[in-house]
Amino acid sequence: MADYDIPSITVPTEIPTLKRGAMEHLAPYAAAPAHQQALGFPGELVDDWQAKAIDKFSELLGKSRALQVYMDSCVKCGACTDKCHYFLGSGDPKNMPVARQDLMRKVYRRNFTWTGKLVPWLVGAEDLTEELLDDWYTYFHQCSQCRRCSVYCPYGIDTAEISMAAREIMNHIGKGQKYCNEIIGKVHQIGNNLGLPEAALINTLEGLEEDIEEETGVKVRLPVNVEGADILLVTPSADFFAEPHVDGLIGYAKVFHQAGVSWTLSSYASEAANFALFIGSYEQMKLVAERIRKAAEDLGVKRIVFGECGHAWRVAYSFLNTLAGPFDFLDPDYPIPQHICEFTYDLIEKGELTLDKSANDHMTLTYHDSCNVARGSRMGNSPGGQFEIPRAIIRACCNNFVDMAADTINEKTFCCGGGGGLLTDDLLEIRTKGAAPRMRALQEVVEEHGVTHMAAICAICKSQFGKVMPAYGFDMDAVVSVHQLVSNAIVLDGQTIDHAD
Amino acid sequence: MRMAKEVVFFESLFKANKWTWLFGWVFHAALLLVVLRHLRYFTEPVWFWVTWVQPYGMYAGFAMLAGLAALWVRRFAVERIRYISGPSDHLMLLLLIGIVATGLMMKYVVHTDIIALKAFVLGLIYFDWQPIPADAMLLIHLGLVFALMIVFPFSKLLHAPGVFFSPGRNQADNPREKRHLAPWAAALDAGRQKAGGK
Repeated sequence: MADYDIPSITVPTEIPTLKRGAMEHLAPYAAAPAHQQALGFPGELVDDWQAKAIDKFSELLGKSRALQVYMDSCVKCGACTDKCHYFLGSGDPKNMPVARQDLMRKVYRRNFTWTGKLVPWLVGAEDLTEELLDDWYTYFHQCSQCRRCSVYCPYGIDTAEISMAAREIMNHIGKGQKYCNEIIGKVHQIGNNLGLPEAALINTLEGLEEDIEEETGVKVRLPVNVEGADILLVTPSADFFAEPHVDGLIGYAKVFHQAGVSWTLSSYASEAANFALFIGSYEQMKLVAERIRKAAEDLGVKRIVFGECGHAWRVAYSFLNTLAGPFDFLDPDYPIPQHICEFTYDLIEKGELTLDKSANDHMTLTYHDSCNVARGSRMGNSPGGQFEIPRAIIRACCNNFVDMAADTINEKTFCCGGGGGLLTDDLLEIRTKGAAPRMRALQEVVEEHGVTHMAAICAICKSQFGKVMPAYGFDMDAVVSVHQLVSNAIVLDGQTIDHAD
Repeated sequence: MRMAKEVVFFESLFKANKWTWLFGWVFHAALLLVVLRHLRYFTEPVWFWVTWVQPYGMYAGFAMLAGLAALWVRRFAVERIRYISGPSDHLMLLLLIGIVATGLMMKYVVHTDIIALKAFVLGLIYFDWQPIPADAMLLIHLGLVFALMIVFPFSKLLHAPGVFFSPGRNQADNPREKRHLAPWAAALDAGRQKAGGK
């Protein structure tokens, strides 16, 4: 079907030999002028784009200590060169983190350093030509901003920050990406990434309530816009109907029901995702985050809980307080915001949930750490909680759980291949190739431990795996939500019908 | 603390690539010993701990040379590293190797008048000009060291201070408890108060 090679996963991960230009043909669709202008960016490439780009670059260097340090510190030691999943999957040298960074560092040296101005040939300094701009557009959209390279860099240089800055500069000269910018526009206009209007949302949730009642005999509510509820749940809109996301949403509802708390969704902020992170725009990120603050204020809730979404949790954990805080109107006794996994884990710890592990006996599970949760956030009160808590939940709900190889999990986890604004069909080739390292790690535990399913807590990971796993010979439904496992195992008070398949 | 482990042991590099770590760490550790050893030419009387370092510092010169040579071989032998290496990366190694090589030459082959050199250096410190021993090896050695100091602030040698400023390594993990508002970002907050519940 695909007209490109799918990497083999029957062999252990090997560092590929360089295939120059292997991915140079794959640039994402450009944003239409309307998508650009809706976010306050120029509709198309401006006339004096080169000067504008350097001005913006200069502004970002002033605003971000990270960018300045990352531009100066690299010694080309090569530690990162074999760490990127897109390089491992494609062999294109410009997908090695240092080479990707150098696309920007060349321009930095040429414009902002003495040596680059005087002896550009010596230090690899280059002007931002049209050709180089095209390379920026192509290769900064083949980075999922997963930060794996930064774990190995002796100076902590984070390619994610660099590709965010590059996308911010490109947006400001009128060279934006369709996928991200169109979606951010939809969030402003309708309230979520998928453009799901309020009536459809209410309708969907009612349908889910009926499904749960049919299955369990218990009326579990999925309320929307309930003023005075204790908890506002903000979750990725894919949770409302995509598989396996929706099974996770049912899991959250059952946990809230069993905990006896009052909760609500908001049709105004019916989306946890914040794609503005991907395009490196603080202003847009703030606008998107302010929706959540406003929904919480308008509904008068006391707590905010986030559903299973990787980058949304990064924004929530790391930036929500800074972007849209202070949240002094919320209950300070709970983390602001809280992850649904923290919420469920607390109940499990207190022994308040009855969990029947045998309901998941038809599966042997492994767990995929989502990059943004693993390397961009935390859960619980101690370092590493973001690794421990989801696993503790899975173990509490399942008898059969094994981890994948140590250099592919926790802080060293591989990206699913679809993060950072790449979850679009025009980039399917790099998504598929970038998934190879994760697929190899999965293949290993399938062979050694008979693993049947892989759980994740990120909407993008789930969609990406559902799409690319068949190319590697796995079932598309071999990826499951963590709260889907909770949903299977949880025994509700008054439950009449045994739901185990 | 993360930063201390990073600076002393190169923890991240150890996770990334054992060979690069080995060569890199040996070079830097040897460099430290050699620099400390050189303090004896700048102080009178020589500080007591510098005399302790002296015997190690003498052999560290060879370790430094070996580390640098191995790092340079990587730049040719490993295809990925060859791809990312530019002229300045090679020249920097060449410069360092030149400094070490001339230093070792003076120590073991063509001795310079080290007593006279020390008199010259102390003379600089106390504004009491003394003649400098005029052998070629010493002048090349010092010339290269000056070149290194001159390029330091404009080159990748900035990794030395940079490692202390890297946000991913030195920031506290407390964003839920504390707002980290940059001044330019705070200006955007002001807009919210005015727009009030729009």
